[in-house]
Amino acid sequence: MSLDIWMRENPLSYIWIGSYAVAFLIFAIEIAMVVHKRKITLQQVRLMREAEESEEG
Amino acid sequence: MAINWFKYSAPTTFYGLAGKLIPWFAVSAAVLCIVGLYIGFVVAPADAQQGEFYRIIFIHVPSSILSMFLYLIMAAYAAMGLIFNTRLSSMMASAIAPTGALFAFISLWTGALWGKPMWGAWWVWDARLTSELILLFLYLGFISLHASIDDPRRADRAAALLAIVGSVNVPIIYFSVKWWNTLHQGSTIKFTGTSMHIAMQQAMFTMLVACWLYAITVTLMRVRSIILERERHTKWITELAEVKS
Repeated sequence: MSLDIWMRENPLSYIWIGSYAVAFLIFAIEIAMVVHKRKITLQQVRLMREAEESEEG
Repeated sequence: MAINWFKYSAPTTFYGLAGKLIPWFAVSAAVLCIVGLYIGFVVAPADAQQGEFYRIIFIHVPSSILSMFLYLIMAAYAAMGLIFNTRLSSMMASAIAPTGALFAFISLWTGALWGKPMWGAWWVWDARLTSELILLFLYLGFISLHASIDDPRRADRAAALLAIVGSVNVPIIYFSVKWWNTLHQGSTIKFTGTSMHIAMQQAMFTMLVACWLYAITVTLMRVRSIILERERHTKWITELAEVKS
């Protein structure tokens, strides 16, 4: 009930906190995960390359 | 000068092209998002019936449109991978799925936030809402099925079938407001015109383009990791500058 009153009195805060902040947080988490995944994958590929080179050497 | 597009259908050439395009798409998405939000919150007037609450539209509508279009694009890529056995198509389908799922979630979440002040309920088992929820489950099913099979090529084929069959849900979502009596409103923008204020339209379309550019950016970033992972045994990957450094 108190949320109902608060959202009626502060519609813009309700929209920003509830919708836009959540959406942008999701976007930020997705970008962070994609960047992290790339770092990890690059590391794995580098390690594999080094292992192959040391085997050949 | 004619561009040979088939050249970029191979992971070897697409990897470099995607790397060059990412910054352009990312910066454009950020700029358009700021412009869209400015128009939406500063320029556009309050709605006569819904007051300030309608401003959720600038994230809700683009998210909903993206969730449906990304599913169709994902299914098309998956089908191409299944029919023509093209490696990059299946990689693109896998790269699109998480972004599509997030847009479907944002669509449902912001819809609930909008529904509470307008309908008095966070959720109703309305045809539009339920079919959008099924779309989210289809995305999650695609991701889970793909992750549950160790061999990537077999995983691509299995997940592709699910994506193709699931694409029937997209027209159901779109036409649900026409086929059934729903609490969810029908399309405001039609081919015959719209009753929306021009500033509201500008804000919505700017945010729509921003969301498209964001989705392309993230998909390209993700597909580059998938290419690296799957092609790691090939010579061209070991010769990449970022791998050597």
